[in-house]
Amino acid sequence: MEHYLDNSATTRVSETVAAEVTRVMTETYGNPSSLHSLGIRAEEVLESSRSTVSRALGAEPDELYFTSGGTEANNLAILGAVEWLKRRGNKIVTTAVEHSSVDETMRYLESKGFEVVYIKPDESGRISAEQFAEVIDSRTILVSAMLVNNEVGAIYPIEKLRKIIDRAQSPAVLHCDCVQAFCKIPLKVKKMQIDIATVSGHKIHAPKGVGAIYIRKGLHIKPIHFGGEQEKKLRPGTEPLPLIAGFAQAVRDVNIGKNYAYVKDLCDYAREVLEPLGVVFNSPDDALPYILNLSVEGIRSETMLHFLAQREIYVSSGSACAKGKPSHVLSAMGLSKTQADSAIRVSFSADNTKADIDALRAAIEEGQNTLVKRK
Amino acid sequence: MKEIILIKLGEIVLKGLNRRQFEDRLIKNIKKTIKHLGDFEVKSAQSTISVIPQDEFIDLDDVCERVSKVFGIVTYSRAAVCPEKTLESVLETAPEYLSEELECAKTFKVEAKRSDKKFPYKSPEICREAGAAILRAHPHLTVDVHNPDVTVHVEIRDFAAYIHGQPLKGAGGIPVGTGGDAAILISGGIDSPVAAYMMAKRGVHLTAIHFASPPYTSERAEQKVVKLLKKVAQYSGDMNMYTVPFTEIQEAIRKKCPEELFTIIMRRMMMKIAERVAATRRCAALITGESLGQVASQTIHAIACTDAAATMPVFRPLIGMDKQEIIDISYKIDTFETSIEPYEDCCTVFTPKHPRTRPVLEYVERAEREAELDSMVDDAVNNVKVTYINTRED
Repeated sequence: MEHYLDNSATTRVSETVAAEVTRVMTETYGNPSSLHSLGIRAEEVLESSRSTVSRALGAEPDELYFTSGGTEANNLAILGAVEWLKRRGNKIVTTAVEHSSVDETMRYLESKGFEVVYIKPDESGRISAEQFAEVIDSRTILVSAMLVNNEVGAIYPIEKLRKIIDRAQSPAVLHCDCVQAFCKIPLKVKKMQIDIATVSGHKIHAPKGVGAIYIRKGLHIKPIHFGGEQEKKLRPGTEPLPLIAGFAQAVRDVNIGKNYAYVKDLCDYAREVLEPLGVVFNSPDDALPYILNLSVEGIRSETMLHFLAQREIYVSSGSACAKGKPSHVLSAMGLSKTQADSAIRVSFSADNTKADIDALRAAIEEGQNTLVKRK
Repeated sequence: MKEIILIKLGEIVLKGLNRRQFEDRLIKNIKKTIKHLGDFEVKSAQSTISVIPQDEFIDLDDVCERVSKVFGIVTYSRAAVCPEKTLESVLETAPEYLSEELECAKTFKVEAKRSDKKFPYKSPEICREAGAAILRAHPHLTVDVHNPDVTVHVEIRDFAAYIHGQPLKGAGGIPVGTGGDAAILISGGIDSPVAAYMMAKRGVHLTAIHFASPPYTSERAEQKVVKLLKKVAQYSGDMNMYTVPFTEIQEAIRKKCPEELFTIIMRRMMMKIAERVAATRRCAALITGESLGQVASQTIHAIACTDAAATMPVFRPLIGMDKQEIIDISYKIDTFETSIEPYEDCCTVFTPKHPRTRPVLEYVERAEREAELDSMVDDAVNNVKVTYINTRED
């Protein structure tokens, strides 16, 4: 039996979503920009999807723009905000554990002359609000931090950042990468006073190729693509309506509270049965229960990953192999090289069961007994 | 306008009585590499091989791309066939066929070659007349016989008259298959595909041997090797790849042998297995991508130890090359980008911290005996998996 425990990489598209995507592809196939009735019907689907997704973020429909996914949304958020505010300062504050779509964009800005400060987490993976307060100043034009870390599941204190920015008399825009948090914990971007939030569809059982960006009303970030009038010219190009409708369907299908309780139970169970094997947990205790990062001492991440895959158990390697670079998240947390080298990421969805975890436990134990360890 | 490709042979024209054999092989290799692109007639006459497309929809760009990678060819040209073998026909075809190049140029010259001595005009006359015709069609040009922007070649051969521009450089070397069979040990790094390419250039027909140690190595490492071999095969022709299950042997080495000898023992085991696999596939030699002094297992002492594990000759075409020189070739044959994909392969599993750079054969052999490794060779040899590497199914 297949045990898919890599839900933070991507998820299986649900039956209802697949049906909705097919329905829109074959029935509501008009171009939302067309003036005829087929176009109007397509536009209705687009706008009702926009309203569904924006509601899940705690935002208004006219504050939400669809993109091709999280990476594009993060690029647009950061480059667009910086382009808008670059006359007011030169400093950007972010963390050392961001997703590569944020991290690489920051490296690019650094090469363009911006000063970028990367805040490091402590060994348990946590970052405190005080660490932000120490570096945000009046020249800071952008603060970009994820809500939930994609490798270890640590949750960062985003809700406190607005006050810190205001107190520093900084003009900074607050961007939050919510890809791993969206539809897993209740999100209220308005209440948290986030200016820009970015989300992705395929982490919540929607198809790959669709995401969205929330931009607070009144904030005028600059586009990074140019073309037609779609998405108020912020993201031109014909909208991928089937994917957007699928995204909205996935959002409608989620029951955040019920799923959270179920997954929390699974994660607690996993910690409970894996602990006796001598497994080390790299995720903090209070991490989002959807993600559990752990190290099996002496066995390289990639070896364990292939060993598990042979038994139809699918996880991510928390770290690249001997030839690649170690994970920047685990390195930033200051994990020892051997611990980082043997990290794997287990990530859940509400489709998982305790049987998946039992299979994982049995396989890890078998691996510990049969795989030859590194000296 | 009907176009063909004219191919000039490399050093095989220097061969004596064997020449026919080399030429036949080259024709066979050319036919094979372009077979999927359409119907062609490929024939040899007057030291030139002609590739003649049999229908007008064949894309000669694709054919040239393939031909440029066939060993044994020194230069090749895309040429227009004059409708008739007369001076008038030549004068009509020449200005028209190369008109695009001539329009962008300032100076030109004509070179004529008359292999058919029955043609009533001599080469200098042909040059003169063709030059005049081109000047009439493109009055902005001037003739420069020393350093022209464009050289227009006129060839009067037995079957027809041809017009072409500057011949393009071929892959050189001698035709694959005329140099016997050898097996390349390929891991997926930068060096082994280059070594394979270099031996193919000297006419060797390749068989590939790859060692896989799942779950320590990834399925992707094997896919990567297939990808690399497909690139090499554009030069060397199709080949078989044998994947050897190597997990148990590596585990045994890790468990039973001294750490500083891991790499050397592993390489010796690879040689022993490769030799057995190679012998049953009619290979007479092994090929590796070793370069002297590059890593601990590539010192003179280590190579001596590795060599002692096999009785077949082991070719190491990269032995005297710098890394950068190897990388330059890997760019040329387009394997570099694939080679650097970061998947764990059998050479990086269990790398010792301090490998022995001057291993002593006697101690190495003793360690192997104590670990009873030889008894595992049979198993590995009997369980190889074969994959056919074909360049055409992309």
